[in-house]
Amino acid sequence: MLELAIKGGKKYYGWMTFLLVIVGVGFLFYLRQLDFGLGITGLSRDTSWGFYIANFTFLVGVAAGGVMVVLPYYLHDYKAFGRVTILGEFLAIASVLMCVTFILVDLGQPTRILNVFIYFSPRSVLFWDTIVLNGYLFLNIIIGWNVLEAERNQVHYQAWLKPLIYISIPWAVSIHTVTAFLYCGLPGRGFWMTAILAPRFLSSAFAAGPALLILCCLIIRRVSNFDPGREQIQSLAKIVAYAICINVFFFLCEVFVTFYSNIPEHMDHIKYLFIGLQGHAAYVPWMWTSMGLMLIGIILTVNPITRKNEGVLAVACVLIFLGTWIDKGLGMIAGGFTPSPLHEVNEYIPSLPEILIALGVWAMGFLVLTALFKMAVGVKEELHD
Amino acid sequence: MDSSRRRVLQLLGLSSLALTATPVLNAFAKEAGHTEEPEPIIKPDKKALTAKQWAMVIDTRRFKSAADVEPLAAVCDTIHNVPHLQNKRHEIKWIWETHYHNAFPGEAGRFLSEEVEQRPFIVLCNHCENPPCVRACPTKATFKRESDGIVLMDFHRCIGCRFCMAACPFGARSFNYRDPRPFIKKINSQYPTRMKGVVEKCNFCAERLAVGQMPACVEASGGKLTFGDLYDPQSEVRELIRANYTIRRKQVLGTEPSVYYIV
Repeated sequence: MLELAIKGGKKYYGWMTFLLVIVGVGFLFYLRQLDFGLGITGLSRDTSWGFYIANFTFLVGVAAGGVMVVLPYYLHDYKAFGRVTILGEFLAIASVLMCVTFILVDLGQPTRILNVFIYFSPRSVLFWDTIVLNGYLFLNIIIGWNVLEAERNQVHYQAWLKPLIYISIPWAVSIHTVTAFLYCGLPGRGFWMTAILAPRFLSSAFAAGPALLILCCLIIRRVSNFDPGREQIQSLAKIVAYAICINVFFFLCEVFVTFYSNIPEHMDHIKYLFIGLQGHAAYVPWMWTSMGLMLIGIILTVNPITRKNEGVLAVACVLIFLGTWIDKGLGMIAGGFTPSPLHEVNEYIPSLPEILIALGVWAMGFLVLTALFKMAVGVKEELHD
Repeated sequence: MDSSRRRVLQLLGLSSLALTATPVLNAFAKEAGHTEEPEPIIKPDKKALTAKQWAMVIDTRRFKSAADVEPLAAVCDTIHNVPHLQNKRHEIKWIWETHYHNAFPGEAGRFLSEEVEQRPFIVLCNHCENPPCVRACPTKATFKRESDGIVLMDFHRCIGCRFCMAACPFGARSFNYRDPRPFIKKINSQYPTRMKGVVEKCNFCAERLAVGQMPACVEASGGKLTFGDLYDPQSEVRELIRANYTIRRKQVLGTEPSVYYIV
């Protein structure tokens, strides 16, 4: 089927070349980072994780979001999603690839990565994260590829895939749960120390992932002869609507617990993000923007009139994707590290090379995503024409 | 064509499986008593100091100004090849001074005695009895030595993921954001320098204890710091803990720090 991904028009090649150029730029800066060390980033002794890990966390969510089309189709026999499950699975593959790459670029000694397997340490959550992420990647590659191939050959997919598909559903939940456990099990980091962190991660994941999927569906309809379908998009939109409401609700629960209990160690992080602390307030405009975007997203997706207008829905999806990205991709990590364990505020601002390397990883992911979607759409076009 | 491609993929799959299976197989092989590798035996120095759990007591009353702390940090930096980087973000710190409200955030009372507020507080790795950094490390590059409770770092195994830095509630760990060697004034060949991309921290002078010497900061402190076995009721540290009111950093977190402060 791979041949479908390398046959395309001028626009397709133009887009792929564009992405490749960004990957190239990111890679050049990564070489610089390999040579100099992580000092070219904005990271510090106090904020030892930043943009890379934040994007990793956000993308684990997007990957897990793919399950929102798999689950209704395979568990509830919601037939309409049969047209788009493959898109969800392929989105998961591309997202997990980005996640793994973000982890790699974040390592100080990337050549020693195999130490994680050689000296395997089941007490470390990072060890389990490696397991669940790679497992999810392989599950989706195996399932996506075989189901698509079966569809192309107009036969039912192999019987042995069924258990794998069922496993992949809780597995999707596990990847984001374990990723949340990276943070929420750490003593002395008040911002993350909340049992609702994993549920919060999942709710924002189930908003961001399907929102991106809706945008992909709208683009696919425009650039190909395959229409993912209006009903499918509307169903996804309802999922986004519920998920983003729950996400904001969870956040407000957090705010209540933190501020009604009035414990400084927990309040200071949220204060830092939303009103600034000790005169440092770089994240304040971003965080309020994020809240605004998510709120507008809620209004546009919950209201049936706006939701049913696909143009408005597209805007809502962009807003929700950006809003959740700022929340998780900017605030979640920096906010957890500031103030530091010694209650000092040393602000973390990602550096330009760091942002370019991250952009390169995103471009790599979208390159893979485009190729995979091209393949899937190619098969669909063959069948539905 | 198609079958050969399939074959290659199968081989790739199998070989990747084999790669992950090795440690498991090794474990089984060991259990059966077949390929038991001889454990390396390190003969301890006759003068080596031993303890069940090393601990430190800092008499903060005897620290008046930065000048009291400086020689302690200086000797540590010199013998451990700790670099001095200009960029604050890249700083490497093993032992340093801070304020009471930074060392004990959340515990500093209001309207504190001016003398305590001015007093320099020494902070370093607490060599916790229940260290969260050790739990977090995905490669066991940082570990708690069973023989004497020191939390150590294997600079050659560390992958630089910095999970330990997120896990440490005391900010005791530093990461080499760049090659530290050009920033070491005079390299001490008795102790390894580090490379970029690994984490480091205070090691309670494990290398000195092994040859019968007290930690360098303790030696340089002129009695302001005391070092000894926490589980020896006769030890000097236990004497001090018994005789004085001591506090530990963020005791509420349950990590059981081994550094005690007389305030």
